[in-house]
Amino acid sequence: MNYRRESQRDIRRLVLQMAYDAGVGHIGSALSVADILLALYEDVLNIPSPDDGERDRFVLSKGHAALALYAILHMRGWISAEDLQTYCGDNSTLGVHPDQVIDGVDFSTGSLGHGLSMAAGSALAARMQDSSRRVYALISDAECNAGSVWEAAMFCAHQELSNITAIIDCNGQQALGYTRDVLDLQPLASRWQSFGWHVEEVDGHDIDALSAAFAALTGTTQPRVVIANTVLGSGVSFMERLVHWHYWPMNQEQFKQALEEISGGET
Amino acid sequence: MRKAFINTLVELSERDERILLVAVDLGYTVVEPYQKAFPGRFVNPGVCEQNAVAMATGLAEAGFIPFVYSIAPFATARPYEFIRNGPALHQSAVRMVGVGGGFEYGPAGPTHFGIDDVGLMRLLTGTTIVTPADAAQAQSALRATWDLQGPVYYRLGKDDTYELPGLEGAFKLGSAQCLREGKDVCLISLGALARESEDACLVLEADGVQAGHILISSVEPFPAEMVIDKIAGVSLVVVAEAHVQAGGIGERIGTIIAENGLSCKLLRCNAGREWDGRSGSNMYCLERDGLTGTAIAAAIKDTLQSKNA
Repeated sequence: MNYRRESQRDIRRLVLQMAYDAGVGHIGSALSVADILLALYEDVLNIPSPDDGERDRFVLSKGHAALALYAILHMRGWISAEDLQTYCGDNSTLGVHPDQVIDGVDFSTGSLGHGLSMAAGSALAARMQDSSRRVYALISDAECNAGSVWEAAMFCAHQELSNITAIIDCNGQQALGYTRDVLDLQPLASRWQSFGWHVEEVDGHDIDALSAAFAALTGTTQPRVVIANTVLGSGVSFMERLVHWHYWPMNQEQFKQALEEISGGET
Repeated sequence: MRKAFINTLVELSERDERILLVAVDLGYTVVEPYQKAFPGRFVNPGVCEQNAVAMATGLAEAGFIPFVYSIAPFATARPYEFIRNGPALHQSAVRMVGVGGGFEYGPAGPTHFGIDDVGLMRLLTGTTIVTPADAAQAQSALRATWDLQGPVYYRLGKDDTYELPGLEGAFKLGSAQCLREGKDVCLISLGALARESEDACLVLEADGVQAGHILISSVEPFPAEMVIDKIAGVSLVVVAEAHVQAGGIGERIGTIIAENGLSCKLLRCNAGREWDGRSGSNMYCLERDGLTGTAIAAAIKDTLQSKNA
């Protein structure tokens, strides 16, 4: 993979290092959303500081990709290198799923289907407070199995919450198989469209395209969903598109190979 | 109780613009005064309790105090996990308002019974639970708790006219109200069932049994010290609640008795007989489960007789 930004390498390196040190998985999911988070945190989200009331809000509804969130929060300077090393250790705030006690985490997540509704409340709050802040929620494609996602989808459209953007990490895979085999989501775009959302589809690893899609205003009263077509395990050839890497940790040899691949041979 | 609650919420909302009412497509003839007074602060998200509670979590993060209003089981059991991972986990200022505690929606059948709501909420650490006995107490309880930092569950009744004798709207968070003193038995009631318990006390009094009566309207924080003080030296403690045994205050009081080594017998009068497919009025359901004043008094007399036998 030819990275256009050094940070694409950095976030992957951090994800792999944390996962390897802790001996835990969810690596594939974290790599799947890595470029989405870069686009958000480098180009789009207006967050002067994590406790600024007027900051944009971000909900990682697919909480199991928190590895990538911790990495980007570290890159923004809100999680120290020392804290990062505690990932999944005893007495650490950095667990597999993100908790709102962490600077930069607005909402605790981990149970799929919860985040978009909380984001809807954030977006409604912004409008009630006459604030221009915006709200982004990153959900997984399989998360759209949950009925609550569609409750939130209806609500946002009915309330004309044009300040909310849902991002679907569309890697076509879920815990026990391909989404098309488990519970087919297609036609995903037209389903969201029919729920009253403005839909855009982009390459989920093209940061410039993602940033452009996130930052644009719909020009309508519709909420917006960006379907980001991604690759589970993006950047590490032996992980890509393999359900195995939804859960599995790396051994030493795999870690070494993964680092080499994401560094383009420059470890 | 519910109309008094909403009217008080209107008063409070005039003073504090953080308050919102999220009526989950229920509350016909009840929520309209709020909607009329604050159209911009009234949200009906439709029939979607999960979304309502999670959305309220998002509102609370931004500084609002949303009151999510529905029928008791739909305010608690239906969106339960979203309460657990939302207001409870975030310790946010979301209020769940459940109308129809006990069997107040009796004819609507078991889907609408509010007989496990308090237990469900008790499982959520840091959640304040308030169960007013009458309309005046619902108002004072709301005034005492609306701006608490963490989540609150209010279990309300529908009756807006009944006044529990001797209560006069008194409420203090973490405290119980002593309605009458008596040396033979100490009766402890959960919220609105105190009305039946008062009747039981009158029946017992006529039979020469002196019953004390304590009202629990602050379930969490629970007035443990006050309960210990009142039941110390009493040989029979009776708990009456329109709630199943599991998770009810009878369970809590049993634990208090055991943990403090108190020497007394505990009689629990609870809801939740095996469902036989037959519903009816609140009074029908209370009778069936042995929760009318007459039934509570009879159970107490039976227990006293067997103790003395």
